[in-house]
Amino acid sequence: MKYTIPAQEVMCSGHKACQGCGAALAMRYALKALGPRTIMTFPACCWSVIDGPFPYSAVGVPLFHTAFETAAVVASGIRAGLDARGEKDVNVVAWAGDGGTFDIGIQALSGTTERNDNIIYVCYDNEAYMNTGVQRSSATPWGAVTTTTPPRHFKKERKKDMMAILAAHSIPYTASASVAYPEDFIKKLNYAKSIEGTKFLHILATCPPGWRSAPEIAVQLAKLAVQTHAFPLYEIHEGRYFKMSMNPAKKPLTDYLKPQGRFRHLTEEQVADMDRMIDERYSYLLEQAERSKPYFDAKKETK
Amino acid sequence: MQKVIMGNHALSWGALLSRAEVIAAYPITPQTEVVELLSNMCADGDLDAQFIKVESEHSAMAASMGASAAGARTFTATSAQGLALMHEVLHWATGARLPIVMGNINRAMAPPWTIWTEQTDSISERDTGWLQIYTSSIQEILDSVIQAYKVAEQVYLPVMVVLDSFVLSHTNENCDIPDQSKVDAYLPKFENAYKLDVNKPAAYGGLTGPDWYYELRYKIQKDTERSLDLFVETGKEFGEMFGREYGLVETYKLDDADTVLVSSASIASTARPVIDAMREEGHKVGLIRVRVFRPFPSDLMRKLLEGRKKVLVVDRNISFGMSGAFYEETKAALYNVKNSPPMWGYIAGLGGRDVPTNVVRDMIEQTMKEDHPSGDIIWIGVKK
Repeated sequence: MKYTIPAQEVMCSGHKACQGCGAALAMRYALKALGPRTIMTFPACCWSVIDGPFPYSAVGVPLFHTAFETAAVVASGIRAGLDARGEKDVNVVAWAGDGGTFDIGIQALSGTTERNDNIIYVCYDNEAYMNTGVQRSSATPWGAVTTTTPPRHFKKERKKDMMAILAAHSIPYTASASVAYPEDFIKKLNYAKSIEGTKFLHILATCPPGWRSAPEIAVQLAKLAVQTHAFPLYEIHEGRYFKMSMNPAKKPLTDYLKPQGRFRHLTEEQVADMDRMIDERYSYLLEQAERSKPYFDAKKETK
Repeated sequence: MQKVIMGNHALSWGALLSRAEVIAAYPITPQTEVVELLSNMCADGDLDAQFIKVESEHSAMAASMGASAAGARTFTATSAQGLALMHEVLHWATGARLPIVMGNINRAMAPPWTIWTEQTDSISERDTGWLQIYTSSIQEILDSVIQAYKVAEQVYLPVMVVLDSFVLSHTNENCDIPDQSKVDAYLPKFENAYKLDVNKPAAYGGLTGPDWYYELRYKIQKDTERSLDLFVETGKEFGEMFGREYGLVETYKLDDADTVLVSSASIASTARPVIDAMREEGHKVGLIRVRVFRPFPSDLMRKLLEGRKKVLVVDRNISFGMSGAFYEETKAALYNVKNSPPMWGYIAGLGGRDVPTNVVRDMIEQTMKEDHPSGDIIWIGVKK
């Protein structure tokens, strides 16, 4: 089946994103899939600025700006309010950065997911607190430099596995996505729209100022993240069954790291360390996908 | 229908009769019975509402905001630590102009751990823009929830209905549970003119610079001031429909009183028999129970207190480094008045310390004995 990107544009021009902003691309594609019958919540994040100052708004759908740690649960409340008034057929979407998801917002997100409230949660992950000027988050990858993890003390902790945390809630659907693969992203959003319960999408969003990379290679970098296995694209169904969205032949990790200033300080040895961590994680995912094959085969048969 | 119910259940009944459409709440002693009864009311179908069983009070208020922004009538309840955890989102609910109604059971703040009554939890939230009603009977709790929605939905501001832990929350009293049809007539279904609507897309709460933020605060203050009249109007209307009228304050034997006791909640109830007894002995004492604390009824307090011989204010709360809140505010209201009476500020009953009639009498007698208050805070029966 061939997936195409819908022609409709819900988001409009005039937003305040930086050049080459992956988060802006992610929103544009997301709204193409979600359509105008969507209500969004934004916690504090880049998008609370990108959308434009009062009275402007670039998203073209109703939007409730909310406190940093509350994107998921405000969305839960909106869904309950709509249900109480019998308003069906509206997508309720929490749209948050990695800080608002991996760190300060994880409690409310866990609550929403445990209750399986019928919302879509999209985390656009630019791998640090970019809106406040590039401070490390628990989504910042091992090895990266931020303003709070300077080169001599670069981030020594591995990126938090948010997908696994969500999966541990038996969430009906969680998937990773990339702004370099919009058809895949839109396909995943359409699937998320089609099922009840909490759906979590984790999309890698390049950030030229934060990653210290050229804006014109933003999409290329997002693609390299997938091709070097640094950011694999996969789905987890029912919190247990894994499916690789693509399994590209691995490109050298340095192809992804070299164009980014945030990794410039790493020695060859350190890059090798990082590569090992990436391979370890990738083979775990492949094993899980292999284990899950009968589930997806059975699903196909019942269709 | 007459029914003997506890204070906490009066909140639940108030929410049911107001036809709350979404409830989001987290349990905390001494509030638990509020959410337990509401859960049962929802499960049994007596109340047609979505109940979101959240993982914290912070989320209880955040979920309430989402539901209210979507246009639903929303209710929650909490106490003490829970209210403090909500602090950030209490401001948010006001700024977002959401007419949420919340019950707060006054419990003293930890540490040390305590569950007994004190008003410092809700007093600490007096600057969040929430309107606050302090109740003093089980009936008033139930009635105040209904009235709170009627005011909140006209000014687009949230309202807190406050009651003492245990003294009110766990006390059973006979209560008139009004007919649903009468409540429906008093409080019709609410249509939020500014709700999140896919047919009218707009962004709420986006970045606002100094060129507009100031005006938004001005509007909140103006609507808060307007709510003073609305509390009086809706309280009168409530009286006409249900036979129980409510105002900004409740006065008792005030007319010719030269010494006036100002207090709130259950201490004010305890004061009534003391006033009766002292009246019989020929003392001209009277009582003002402040019911609406936010907005503070300054004009009315001036009118009621100007020219009196002496005023004593009894606070079951403390703003460390200053004094009790009801005392502070009463004093502030009277500052520019020509015949401003001297004012005594007593701190009593913190952490649920009992304030029986003899203690109330001690405070009145001490006030009558002295020409001027010795300081801003007078402690009663403190073990030193």
